[in-house]
Amino acid sequence: MGSNCSLKTELPVIYEVSRVVQEAKDVHSIFLKGKLDCKPGQFIMVWLPGVEEKPMAVSEVRKDEFAFCYHSVGPFTQACDALQKGDKVGIRGPYGNSFSLDKKTVVVAGGIGISSVSTAIDGLSSPVVIHGARDKDHLVYTKRYKSMILTTDDGSAGRKGYVTGALAEVLEKNKDIEQVITCGPEMMIVNVLHVCQKYGVECEASLERYMKCGYGICGNCLVDDKILCIDGPIFNSRILKKMKELGKFARLKTGRKVSLKEYYSWRG
Amino acid sequence: MQILREIHVQRGYCAVVKMLSTTLCGVKLRNPTILASGILGISKDSAQRIIKGGAGAITLKSLCHEERKGHPGPNMVVIDSGMLNAVGLPGQGMDNAIADFERLDDLAAPIIGSIFGYTIEDFGIVAKKMASLSPAMIEIDISCPHMSYSKPFYADAESIQKITRLVKKNAGGIPVSAKLSPNVHNIAELALVAEKAGADAITAINTASGMKIDLETRTPLLGNKTGGLSGPALKPIAVRCVYEVYEAVKIPIVGTGGVTTGEDAIEMIMAGATAVGVGTACYYHGPDVFSRICDEMKAWMKKNKVKSLDEIRGSAHGK
Ligand SMILES: Cc1cc2nc3c(=O)[nH]c(=O)nc-3n(C[C@H](O)[C@H](O)[C@H](O)COP(=O)(O)O)c2cc1C
Ligand code: FES
Repeated sequence: MGSNCSLKTELPVIYEVSRVVQEAKDVHSIFLKGKLDCKPGQFIMVWLPGVEEKPMAVSEVRKDEFAFCYHSVGPFTQACDALQKGDKVGIRGPYGNSFSLDKKTVVVAGGIGISSVSTAIDGLSSPVVIHGARDKDHLVYTKRYKSMILTTDDGSAGRKGYVTGALAEVLEKNKDIEQVITCGPEMMIVNVLHVCQKYGVECEASLERYMKCGYGICGNCLVDDKILCIDGPIFNSRILKKMKELGKFARLKTGRKVSLKEYYSWRG
Repeated sequence: MQILREIHVQRGYCAVVKMLSTTLCGVKLRNPTILASGILGISKDSAQRIIKGGAGAITLKSLCHEERKGHPGPNMVVIDSGMLNAVGLPGQGMDNAIADFERLDDLAAPIIGSIFGYTIEDFGIVAKKMASLSPAMIEIDISCPHMSYSKPFYADAESIQKITRLVKKNAGGIPVSAKLSPNVHNIAELALVAEKAGADAITAINTASGMKIDLETRTPLLGNKTGGLSGPALKPIAVRCVYEVYEAVKIPIVGTGGVTTGEDAIEMIMAGATAVGVGTACYYHGPDVFSRICDEMKAWMKKNKVKSLDEIRGSAHGK
């Protein structure tokens, strides 16, 4: 009894930036030199010494390089913009659970949310990928994944409309699809979930909340009684359906619960 | 379904109840493990989750009169055998909490409301508001090590006396515990001051002040530079503090600091603790660590033919 695994050290490990890639307007990938043992859909805590530490999805894993991808919105991501080859950043993790890759899958990604499902796209065998954004400038990875079905709200690229319309069509035509993997704005996730329920298809969604620790201590990332950073960030339809706060509430940095709209206007 | 599961859980606890049941300031606990303040307890849902994980009671994250963002990250690092944190007391503030919680007496285990303030008067105001939510107890956090304004409070007998008196007056009969810091010359003296000022219990201890420097970047790792040490590395200090406080006061002690296993909890109780605070262990073993600690306590008790915790409480003092 009393097995004590207390001699565990969990400090940011310092990695060097190997290259910076522009993926879209205000969207960049930072590649770090080194190995990362990571399952599809997991995230890391990125520390910019002297600035802050923030969670980021692992967006790409190669043999001796891995990346995170971000949309420049606030002070932290603007500090990321200043990163150049050779700069040092601290990494903790990877954390969180992972996507199931053993089913016939459609991936639905909204905007920068695609960076949370890209490791799943890479791990699946020939998935259908639907990617939507508000306009042409906000579509990400159009070169990395050439056969995506694209949608834009304003019709400036791909088809005009939302990802849910495209998803319904794909599910209508392909009765052998077993599951949908999704990430993006939470209202989009809620709508994707509805489409999945209509077609009786499993859904796994990667959710986002403001995270301070990434390992179940601070409590800031809770959705209902689910601790996003350790119970998630990926949840299946059975759990998503029951979540009372999904698509409705999230917590600010102070821990105050606000409407999702207020949360997004703070996150930018 | 839910009801069935609850009945099942309650039945599961029947055997535990007899061996581990504890009374703290008149509050009945199904077992002596209490979630320490600042770990997960920012919402009722999170409290519910930890209750499912087996905790006998829940202490909420400390709240003050205003909404606070806390310090920049990294806020926490896990080092050697402990954790250093400098979250900087973020919180939604007491007024928002009143709207969020509505009441604190309708959960499956007792809830302890933790409060702090920037001035002595603030403590009084927040205490009154917290009392309006009917928590089972109120804990006064006069011991956070990395807030510049708290330095004069936690080492200063006069401040501790005034704060405790004011909180007690405004708590409307709800039992009050003063949470003390190990970063002081004589913790027993300060515990006695709190007892004389009306405290119903002492929570010992908060984190010890520390620092971690990253060799590669040659800078302190925490955004705040210094932070509070918790987890197994803190336990010997906590056990010593509980031991010293037990010698000085008659009121019950919530022994907190590094408790990760059932044997750690038994050790705290032998030092004189009535109940045991558990925080950082949630990092090592997840939110179900409370059931695990209770199972390990029961196993130790069975093996050593101890029928109730009263038999061993304070036994290290040889009386
Ligand atoms: C991340 C973190 C946040 C904390 N926040 C608070 C707090 O708001 N109020 C408080 O009284 N103690 C706070 N503490 C201290 C704990 O309640 C506890 O006294 C300390 O961590 C020692 O117990 P442990 O080793 O079981 O964690 C915090 C500790 C940690 C690790
Ligand atoms: S990020 Fe801290 S509990 Fe999840």
